[in-house]
Amino acid sequence: MNTFCKWVQSALVVASLLWPVVGSAQAATVNLYTTREPGLIQPLLDEFTRQEGIAVQTVFLSAGMLERVQAEGARSPADLLMTVDSGNLLDLVSAGLTQPVSSPILNAAIPSHLRDPAGHWFVLSLRDRVLYAEKSLTIKDFRYSDLADPAWRGKVCIRPGQHPYNISLIAAMIAHRGEAETEAWLRGVKANLARKPAGGDRDVARDILAGICDLGLANAYYVGQMRNAPEGDPQREWAQAIQVVRPQFSNGGTHVNISGAAVAKHAPNRANAVKLLEYLLSDGAQSAYAKVNFEYPVKAGVELHPVVASMGPLSADPLPLAQIVAQRKAASLLVDKVGFDQ
Amino acid sequence: MTARTPLPWRAGAALTPRSATVWTWGALLVAALMVLPLLSLAWTAATGSAELWAHLFAHVLLPATQSTLLLLGGVGLLACLIGTACAWLIATYNFPARGLLQWALLLPLAVPTYIIAYAYLDLLHPLGPFQSGLRWALGYDSPRQFRLPDFRHLGTCILLLSLVLYPYVYLSVRAMLVTQAASLIEAARSLGSGSLDVFFRVILPLLRPALAVGVALVLLECLNDIGASEFLGVKTLTVTIYNTWVTRSDLPGAAQIALAVLTVVFLVLSLEAFGRRQRRYAAGQRAQAPSRIDLRGWRAGLACLCCVLPIVFGFVLPLLYLLTVSARRWRAEGLSPQLLESAANTLILGLTVTALTVLLGLVVTYALRLGQLRRRPLLAQIAQRVGSLGYALPGTVLAIALLVPMAAMDEFVGRTWLLGGLAGLVLACSLRFLTIASGNLDAGFARVPQNLDQAARSLGAGPGGTLMRIHLPLLRPALAAAAMLILIDTMKELPASLLLRPLGFETLATWLYADASRGSYEEGALAALMIVLIGIPGIVILAKLGLRSAVRSGGVSP
Repeated sequence: MNTFCKWVQSALVVASLLWPVVGSAQAATVNLYTTREPGLIQPLLDEFTRQEGIAVQTVFLSAGMLERVQAEGARSPADLLMTVDSGNLLDLVSAGLTQPVSSPILNAAIPSHLRDPAGHWFVLSLRDRVLYAEKSLTIKDFRYSDLADPAWRGKVCIRPGQHPYNISLIAAMIAHRGEAETEAWLRGVKANLARKPAGGDRDVARDILAGICDLGLANAYYVGQMRNAPEGDPQREWAQAIQVVRPQFSNGGTHVNISGAAVAKHAPNRANAVKLLEYLLSDGAQSAYAKVNFEYPVKAGVELHPVVASMGPLSADPLPLAQIVAQRKAASLLVDKVGFDQ
Repeated sequence: MTARTPLPWRAGAALTPRSATVWTWGALLVAALMVLPLLSLAWTAATGSAELWAHLFAHVLLPATQSTLLLLGGVGLLACLIGTACAWLIATYNFPARGLLQWALLLPLAVPTYIIAYAYLDLLHPLGPFQSGLRWALGYDSPRQFRLPDFRHLGTCILLLSLVLYPYVYLSVRAMLVTQAASLIEAARSLGSGSLDVFFRVILPLLRPALAVGVALVLLECLNDIGASEFLGVKTLTVTIYNTWVTRSDLPGAAQIALAVLTVVFLVLSLEAFGRRQRRYAAGQRAQAPSRIDLRGWRAGLACLCCVLPIVFGFVLPLLYLLTVSARRWRAEGLSPQLLESAANTLILGLTVTALTVLLGLVVTYALRLGQLRRRPLLAQIAQRVGSLGYALPGTVLAIALLVPMAAMDEFVGRTWLLGGLAGLVLACSLRFLTIASGNLDAGFARVPQNLDQAARSLGAGPGGTLMRIHLPLLRPALAAAAMLILIDTMKELPASLLLRPLGFETLATWLYADASRGSYEEGALAALMIVLIGIPGIVILAKLGLRSAVRSGGVSP
C-alpha cells in the first residue's frame, strides 16, 4: 500500500508539473485577495507600485474568500485580505485567518472605534446607507423607523432583505431597539413596499424616476456613481430624479457599513502588506479612494468628492461594529420570519 | 464436466474481461473525483446543528419549495414545448429559411441567464424602450401617468429562462429525430397516419430518452440559477442556500440544505432512468433522416414563424440590447487590453474543460456500455449516476466543497497545484459539466444497436478497438453536441471561476461580474457581449459538424 501511495504521489507530481503553477512569494510582490472590485482601487495600486516598487497581484472574490483562505492554509499566497462588509471582515478575524499588526501610522490615521484594538482589522472607508427620495418631496429629520410609517404605503422600493447591505442595517436596528421592535418595523416596511424586493441599490433611483415608488434605502456612493456616469448614460437621469437624505437612529447616527482590510495569518509578504495598508491610509490615497468610489474616507480632514460633500458631514452611528455584526444572524432569520423577500 | 460451446458474443466478451474491467475502474475513478467534494460537503453539514431546520420549516421551506417547483415546472414545460416543436418542424418539414433556422435555434444558448434577465429588465422597465414607445403611442408623457404592472415576478422568470434554455431540449430531440425516428415516421406515414397522429402516437413515446437528457439539463440549470432570480425577486431554494451561507455565515446549514436538495434531485433522476430501464430505443433497422414534407403558403409561414420567434426573443433582442449598451460604453471608455486577455483566457479554459470533460464522459459511458453488454452494469451505473451529480449542485456550493479536497491534494503533492491554480479550475468545471457529456454520450450509445459491439468482438476487436472503430464514428453527433454545450457552458460559467481562479487570471464572466459589482450591469456590457459573441462560432461549427455527421452516420446499416 505504501508503494502504491508513493506511486500515486509521483504520478500526481508529474501531472502537476504539466500545469501552470501559481507564482510563490517573490521579494517585491504583495498578493491581495479582495471582495472590493479591483478596478476601483487599481489607480491606487498602480501608484503604490510606482512609489514602492512592489507589484500588486489581485484576485477579486465574491462570497467564499474566507473558505478559500482557510482551505489554502499555510500554503496561502494571500498577504492582504480586503472586504466591503464589516461582517465578512470580522468573520475572517474570528476564523483565525488574520494576524495582528501594530503600526503607529495606522493608529494615527484611523479613529480607535474603526480599528481592532489588537490590530487584526482596519477600516479603510465608510459606506453610509441612506434614503433616496423623489426630489419634490419635503423630507426633514428622517429616521430609519419612519420607513415603516403607513403614510408611505405602496411607496417604498428596496433590494432583497437578505442582501448584506440590508442585513447590516437590520442588525444595527436590532442592536439599537431589540428584536421585537425590529420585527414590527420590518413588517411595516414590507407593508409599504411598492414592488417585490429585487435588483440592486440603483434600481431604487430608477424606479423612483419611473414612478413605481417614492422612497427607498440605498448606499450613498451610488449617487456619486450615477451622477458621474458617462455622458448619455441613463443613470444620470435616475440620479436627477432623487434627493438624498441621511436617515438616523434615535441616537442621531446614520448607519454605515465599511470597507476594510486585514493582514493574512500566513502572509508570505507581511511587510509589503503592511506597507500597502499604510499607503491606503495616506492623505493622498484616502482622498483619491474617496473620490474614485464616492465613499466616505475614514481619515479625518481628507478632501471629499463634491457629490459626497453636498450631502453634508457624516455623523456615523457610534455603535461598535462588533455589536452590529453580532446581530447579523438574528437579522437574517428575521427577514425570513416576516417573509420580507417573498 | 460438461463441454459447453459459449455463444459467440459471450466468447467475444470473455476474450477481454480485463480490459472491460479497466474501463469500469476508470469510471469509478471519475466517480471518486465527484465523491470527494460530496464527502467534504457532508462533513461540513455534519459539523452544523439541526436547529436551522425548525426555522426553515416554519418560515422558509414552504414558499421557497413552492416557487422552486413552479419555476422548474414552468420552465420544464415551456422549454420542452418550444424545443420539441421546433425540432419536429425542422426534422419533418421543408419551409423557407429552414437550413438557417435549424442551427440558429441553438443561438440562445450563448446568452447566460443572468444576462437575459438583465436585458429584459431594462427593455421592459417603465423607462425602457417598450413602455416608452407605448406611452408615446397612447399620448402620455410620464411613467407616473401610465405604466404596465411590475414584471418582476415568477412568471417573467419562467419565460426568460425558457427562452435561453430550450436549446438543450431542441438539440437532443432533433438528434433523436434525424438519426433514429425516421424509419418509424415513414412507416406510420405509409400506414396513412396524419402528421399530428404520427407525432403523438409514434414520436413522443420514442423521444423519452432525448427529452429526459434535455429537460434534465434545463431543470438543473434552472434550479441552480441565482442571477436571474435575484433580478426578478424570485426566492428559490438555491437562494435560500446562498443566504444561509453568505448572510448568516452558516456554511454547515447551507451544506445541509444543498445536500437535501441534491438527494431529491438524485432520486428524481434515478426514478426517471428506472422507469425507462426495460425499454429499448436502439435503431435495429436502417436509420436515416426522414424525407421532409414541403410546406406551402400560410403553413410554411407559420412553421417559419414558430422557429423564428424563440430566436428573436432568446437571442436577437438581448444581443441588440447588448450592442446598444456596449456601443455607448465603447465610446466612453474604449476597449481595455485586459478584456481581450480575459477573452483569450475564457477560450483556453473553455477548450481545456471541453476536452477533459468529454474524455471523462466517454470513460464513464463506455464503461456503462460494456457493463450492459456483459449484463453486469451495476458498478458502471453507479459511477455514471454519481459522476453526474456535479450539475445538480449550485456552482458555488460545488466550488466550496472542492476547496478542502483540492487543498489536501496539494498537500499530498507538495506544491500549490489545484487550489488557486488553473488545474483546479479546469477540474471543477469538468466535474460540474460532466453530466452534459455523459448524458449526451449515453443517449448516443443507446442509439447504437448492441449487436454491433457483439459483431466487432466476435471479429476479435477488444473494447478499445470497438470504441475507436465502431462507436466513435457513430457517436460523432453526440460528441459534437456534448462538446458544444460544455464549451458554451464553461464560457458562461461564473461561480466556480470566481472562487477558484488563480491570482491575476480573469475570464469574461468574472470580468463582467467585477464590472457589475463596481457599478451596474451596463458597465459589464462589453464583457457580456463578448461572452455571447465568442459562443456563436462554437455553436455554428459544432452544430454543422454534428448535423452533417448525424445524417451520414445515419446511413450505417449493421
